[in-house]
Amino acid sequence: YCYPISLGGAELLFDGVKEHQVTLPSQSEPWDMKQLLVWIQRNLLKERPELFVQGDSVRPGILVLINDADWELMGELEYQLQDQDNVVFISTLHGG
Amino acid sequence: MCQVDEDYNGQLDRDEVLSFSKKCVKCKEATAVLVIRAGDMFCSGCFKEYFVHKFRAMLGKNRIIFPGERVLLAVSGGPSSCSMLNQVQEGLSQNAHKKLRFIPGIVYIDEGGALGLSVEERQRTVDELQSMFKATGFPYHILPLEEVFDLPSSVLEESSPSSEQPDITYKAAVDHFIQTNRNCYLSPEKQADLTGLNIQESHTHSLQQIFGSIKTLTAKEDLLQTLRQHLLVHTARSKGYSKLMLGDNCTRLAVKLLASISLGRGAQLAIDTGFSDLRYGDIITVRPMRDYSAKEVSFYNHMYNVPSVFIPTLDTKTTDKASVLRLTESFVTKLQAHFPSTVSTIYRTSEKLQTIQPSPSSSTAHNWDKCLLCMCALDTNVVEKASAFQATLISELLSQRRASRPVDTASPTLRPEFQGPESTAAGGVGCERAACGGGCCSSVKAPESTELKSLLCYSCQLTIKDMSSADLLPQYILSEAQRRKRRSQMREEIREFLLDEDY
Repeated sequence: YCYPISLGGAELLFDGVKEHQVTLPSQSEPWDMKQLLVWIQRNLLKERPELFVQGDSVRPGILVLINDADWELMGELEYQLQDQDNVVFISTLHGG
Repeated sequence: MCQVDEDYNGQLDRDEVLSFSKKCVKCKEATAVLVIRAGDMFCSGCFKEYFVHKFRAMLGKNRIIFPGERVLLAVSGGPSSCSMLNQVQEGLSQNAHKKLRFIPGIVYIDEGGALGLSVEERQRTVDELQSMFKATGFPYHILPLEEVFDLPSSVLEESSPSSEQPDITYKAAVDHFIQTNRNCYLSPEKQADLTGLNIQESHTHSLQQIFGSIKTLTAKEDLLQTLRQHLLVHTARSKGYSKLMLGDNCTRLAVKLLASISLGRGAQLAIDTGFSDLRYGDIITVRPMRDYSAKEVSFYNHMYNVPSVFIPTLDTKTTDKASVLRLTESFVTKLQAHFPSTVSTIYRTSEKLQTIQPSPSSSTAHNWDKCLLCMCALDTNVVEKASAFQATLISELLSQRRASRPVDTASPTLRPEFQGPESTAAGGVGCERAACGGGCCSSVKAPESTELKSLLCYSCQLTIKDMSSADLLPQYILSEAQRRKRRSQMREEIREFLLDEDY
């Protein structure tokens, strides 16, 4: 399964790379957002994890869009990923 | 509501949200893609309408920007100001419903010098922004923060507005404008071809010295904000703009409000966070984005491809407790995550704040009643006997060692009756010649930071106190400070001869 992930503003924590194509290892149950975050933290996050994740979820102030829709409408952490889903993380904490 | 085992972390809403097809609350047809506030879900099209309408309504409702006026947009490169730029662009375009009618210009201030960024990094950011500005077709100005060293001290004075618009009502102005410009649209001004930043290395060095001398991040942020504001106002004035538009969004202003209270700027809350800011006199600052939460802005920018540039600032990648502002931001955002009406509640409260206008005898509201740096009314010059501020002054006095306290000839922060035995010289200024400069005949020159205190409001005092030496401040601030000191001394001297103001 392949998922494009984009970062807006948070790319500083990911070595400055904004777009990532992520292929998750296959497993019996479908991947959900919660697991994706853990995976990102382990494999993509280059520094300062506390600026991106907080506990189980993303840090407050980071907007998450799945296929250009607010993840709050999709179930947030419980949403199960489908092939080619596009996930965008936008940091709202910067800039004015 | 108060049931045992009830988990308040949004679980209440969760269950219904898991069904995928939520309809937009406005058109009730399309699938909703965004949740704003608590429970308002919009589809993409309705959201865009709502977003665009809010901008125009904000400007229209407040009726401050007259048709044909030149307005300077302060763009920091961040999402909110770029969104503001985008909205202005859309609003001015020919086919806009309820077209905006002013003439915009853009200004960007490169603060890389204060952050220690290299020239190449700064140039790269500037290039990116320049191509963005060029695409808008508006005239733009890109300035390095180092230009604060070339500011005239008049920037710290409140100027009277130019007499161009005598008491004409907004409606009359709009009607007049429509009549005379019926067939031609406002063509944006020609862009000047600017190459790169012109940075003087010595200035960069001085800038770094200033920020290096400040201990806390809070004070650094405050001073940066002050210097930036001065430069913006000066640019607006010198290039002939009468309004300045800032891109502060609702979330940012809510954070600023709470942080300001923590920093002792409670008296200036209304000016700092209101829609319009009249402290500079001729240049009015407006904040048209103040009704948009950060989430709305980010979502819109993403959906409609509004370009913005990520530029690090002083508090990038710092921990939660690095500065007061940072801590407040963290507090508000975390609270907002669980209670989505936090930011709007704070915002509503800020809307109710108003400044008490000074008494009608505004001829007496001279410049020396305003803070030197933030240009808001001084809250430290009238010290009532039982106020909290008086208490801090007393404790400061008591905690200083008596022997080392220099003879202060020019800092009337304490009322005479509260000064101890050291007041012998302070009371009698003893300067016979009015033309004497600040520091007078006293051979003991009081340290600069003490001298500035009487000219600053409480929170600016705290910021300057954090600097190891106020001498590092740019010349325009120091010379204006000296001028005010001299005036104030002169006033003291001839006080007995002045007619009573109530006369």
